Amino acid sequence: MTTLLRTHALTRSFSGDGEVRALRGVDIEIDRGEFIAIMGPSGCGKSTLLHLLAGLDSPTSGEVYLDGRRVDQLGEGDWARIRRKQIGYMFQAFNLVSNMTAADNIELPALLAGVSGSDARKRRIALMEQLHISDRASLPPSRMSGGQQQRVALARAMINEPDVLIADEPTGNLDSQSTKEVLAIFRERHQRGQTIVLVTHDSNVASAADRVIRMRDGVLTGESRLDDRAPLNVRTAGLIASGA
Amino acid sequence: MKYPLLALLASGATHGYELKQNFESRFGPVWPALNIGQVYTTLQRLERDGLIRGLEDDPESRRVRNVFEVTEAGRIALHEWLLESEPGPRLRDEFLKVMLAGLANLADPLDLLERQRLVFLRELRDLNDLALRPENASQVIQLLIEGATLHVEADLKWLDRCEDRLREGLPL
Repeated sequence: MTTLLRTHALTRSFSGDGEVRALRGVDIEIDRGEFIAIMGPSGCGKSTLLHLLAGLDSPTSGEVYLDGRRVDQLGEGDWARIRRKQIGYMFQAFNLVSNMTAADNIELPALLAGVSGSDARKRRIALMEQLHISDRASLPPSRMSGGQQQRVALARAMINEPDVLIADEPTGNLDSQSTKEVLAIFRERHQRGQTIVLVTHDSNVASAADRVIRMRDGVLTGESRLDDRAPLNVRTAGLIASGA
Repeated sequence: MKYPLLALLASGATHGYELKQNFESRFGPVWPALNIGQVYTTLQRLERDGLIRGLEDDPESRRVRNVFEVTEAGRIALHEWLLESEPGPRLRDEFLKVMLAGLANLADPLDLLERQRLVFLRELRDLNDLALRPENASQVIQLLIEGATLHVEADLKWLDRCEDRLREGLPL
């Protein structure tokens, strides 16, 4: 396994009415092909962490590495290029362009990345087929259900075949049926080797991940490894100490 | 198992093995397989209590099968069972462990929470896998799986509440 994303001693503070320390030293390592779910109460810093991983915000201190390259000090132009090629980002509120069709929404990032029109179209058609939304190609977002819009957003995030798919509450606005559909798609992409990092409130969504990481007050407080690679880590401190 | 089997019998007279199959086709994904010996023992008790009775074997058939049907007393017992509410304890064994671990310093409660969380998350994953299997596509089975899922989600939330309290430095 090679490390794809790594942070070291990452902090982010917001000043204003007193200083808010959103992140207070986060060290995280994400392997290529891993599926990570981050959970925690509102305000624990999980969205801030995603923003820093995707270069949508800059850390106050600490380091971010993407595929071995230090990226936290890069400028907006470099980050824009990285987000086009290496990172697919999904927002909770879909953020689709309202006056463009689903097909154009999906193809746009490919065209911006310099992919030819015919290649962008080919990729877009394949993705829409995989996500079962081919029949929505010529509709604007407003004429689609939440689940369909989120699948369009997923196709848009995937069209440049990113190294990592980062998603902030991807099922936060969806009903339970649409949540199931989107979750099934995440599982399927993960089985094909896609690295996924998502933030969620929904433990059912998180249970599809290899690792569930919990945050609280700007630090990581625990992780559950659902893949079978590691044994249960339990310190029955009292029992062992008194039995020894 | 007494009343669920009695209720299934009320939908039509049958024998023990078919009853087991009937139960498993309905609840198989969310209930461990029934032990056939347990089914026969239950049927014997139900017969002894007059809630079911054996039917005469079909003289045309050579096979000896104990086909049972529900008696009038059985229908009355079923009716009472359906209307009875069960106010029993809603405590799971895991809850007791978490609450009692800190006493006498048996284990670090936060570690136990962590361990229990992993168990519940794996249960959720297993339930999701079940729900995606083609043989479980029926809406009734999906509903049963959803019921189990909602319970596990609630249990996970409860672990979060416990952790909130522990992280505030308060004992459980």
